[in-house]
Amino acid sequence: MKTSQPHLRPRPPTGSTPTSDPPGAASRGATTPEGVPPRRALSPAARRHLTGWLFIGPVVLGVIAFQFVPVAVSGFASLTDWNGMTSPHFKGVSNYVTLFTEDPLFYVTLKNTLVFTLGSIVLTIALGLALALLANQPIRGISIFRAAFFTPVVTNVVAVGFVWFWLYRPGDGLFDGLLGLVGVDGPAWLADAHWALLAVILVAVWQGVGYPMVILLSGLQAIPPSLYEAARVDGASSWTRFWRITLPLLTPQLFFLTIMQFITSFQVFGIIYVMTHGGPGDATSVYIYQVYQVAFSQGKFGYASAMGWVLFAIVGLVTWAQMRLEKRWVFYG
Amino acid sequence: MTADAITRTPHDGSRPGAPGAGRTRHAGAPAGRGRKALTYTVLILLALAFVVPLVWMVSSSLKPENQIMQVPPNPVPTHPQWDTYAKAGRTVWPFFLNSCKLAALNVVFLLLFASLAAYGFARLKFAGKRIAFAMLLATAMIPSMVYLIPQYILYRHIGWIDTQYPLLIPRVLTPVFGTFLLRQAFKQVPGELEDAALIDGAGRFTIYWRIMLPQVKPALAAVGVLTFMESWNDLFGPLIFINSPSIQTLPVALAMFQGEYFSQTNLMMAAATVSVIPPLVLFLMAQRYFVKGVTMSGLKG
Repeated sequence: MKTSQPHLRPRPPTGSTPTSDPPGAASRGATTPEGVPPRRALSPAARRHLTGWLFIGPVVLGVIAFQFVPVAVSGFASLTDWNGMTSPHFKGVSNYVTLFTEDPLFYVTLKNTLVFTLGSIVLTIALGLALALLANQPIRGISIFRAAFFTPVVTNVVAVGFVWFWLYRPGDGLFDGLLGLVGVDGPAWLADAHWALLAVILVAVWQGVGYPMVILLSGLQAIPPSLYEAARVDGASSWTRFWRITLPLLTPQLFFLTIMQFITSFQVFGIIYVMTHGGPGDATSVYIYQVYQVAFSQGKFGYASAMGWVLFAIVGLVTWAQMRLEKRWVFYG
Repeated sequence: MTADAITRTPHDGSRPGAPGAGRTRHAGAPAGRGRKALTYTVLILLALAFVVPLVWMVSSSLKPENQIMQVPPNPVPTHPQWDTYAKAGRTVWPFFLNSCKLAALNVVFLLLFASLAAYGFARLKFAGKRIAFAMLLATAMIPSMVYLIPQYILYRHIGWIDTQYPLLIPRVLTPVFGTFLLRQAFKQVPGELEDAALIDGAGRFTIYWRIMLPQVKPALAAVGVLTFMESWNDLFGPLIFINSPSIQTLPVALAMFQGEYFSQTNLMMAAATVSVIPPLVLFLMAQRYFVKGVTMSGLKG
């Protein structure tokens, strides 16, 4: 692209009047008799590029400054003993070696995170599908039910954690109380290392299931009724119709959900922070909770950066694998 | 693809309860007469499972301490203790205002920057557009933990730790998801509108502001509602960036109360209820847009 003003660089708008002249456009002799700013100093092509960059400039600069640069810095930081106070020393891959070979918590938190992720993916998607099928019934007041299923999604995690903490309270909590009515001794839930992670998974599913429900509901409503019509004429049972029509046509949504839910569940933090602080012992300590501790309680920024990159690698690999498998089971009409 | 899945009942020509309604054409089980009663029963039981914990939260906030843990629980407090709310309100009010302020600023500025970028990506031709868009896509993939740590150090250098800037400026300048969503919306606006304005000699910014933005109001509402929720319910950000109570947001303040007022369950539940009200009211009012935003996030963009 040859422009008449090669020294001009697109600049992001500063302030609220992005239409003002680009600084530096005041090339001599270009002013019009009326003293109109010399806009015309730019060739039409240059103006087009400049306009485009004025529009996307703020976001592009923001992404570079707040995401790209920090990601690069964190890559370097993961190779150092950086603590944010003293100047970092280069350590090569020793952080990673330590993480994989000497850090007992690494495998514990990874295992907990994996259990949490698989549990919540399977449960939210299965339950979300059941709710979507139910909420797709053409009956009166259905929108009230849909709203009810979705309500926990918009509730903040601290309030959710509070309430469930009390519901789970051993002895006089609602659950133990209800179990007591039928003569069962409830477990100590959050205080019992065997139950705590499952208890947290249940809360996460309760809070998160509205999201897959909405996505799957929109998928259901996009299925042409004529397909069911034809299947009915052919004498297919409702079970067959579900299995042969509904499910295959929902695979794009199911595929999207498995990817999204994996990425978000693997980075679970809030519900753990509020309800268990990783306890009892390390029973519910998940990966991000551990990174948070290492970075912001212990100040080991280099080591925490390495942990962040390992997480990135895991999430990236799994997502890539899911994309590779997409062709096998996802049906795009 | 319909976006307002929550509010729309599918139109299949059969009215509920009308003869023949049993033969509706749906993905679910066909709802016959007996089936319908069963469907309602299942729906009501499930809806209760989703609502009961929140109802329990509200009812506990109105009970005296000694009645909260009664089994079987009494959903309706016999003598509602409204003064609990006065007390909780006094404690929560400053944090509530902080959360409101941040959420409002986030919504306004995120919509501005995201719609500017989205218009550029959707309707303009210029050098480097593709690469810039690919860059945006790439960032959507990176776990936030990877860049949070250097961000934290960066903010410490520029004096942003213990201010609200980290919860506003980086967020509104990196609105990846909002940009995608609005780009989709801008792409669907017919080109004639823009062409006519160009022939009349309008500048690009005028067109964007006067003609294109009004055309994508639903998408703006969708992104706005999602942004509000994200800002309001954010726990991790304020937890690491803010220390002073005077500028702390509501979720973190709530988590702090947990230690302080642990023995006063009704007070904690009142505070939690207050924190749930704004997003809930917004959700019920703007359900359509919220669901639209959520649904569009699930589409290949």
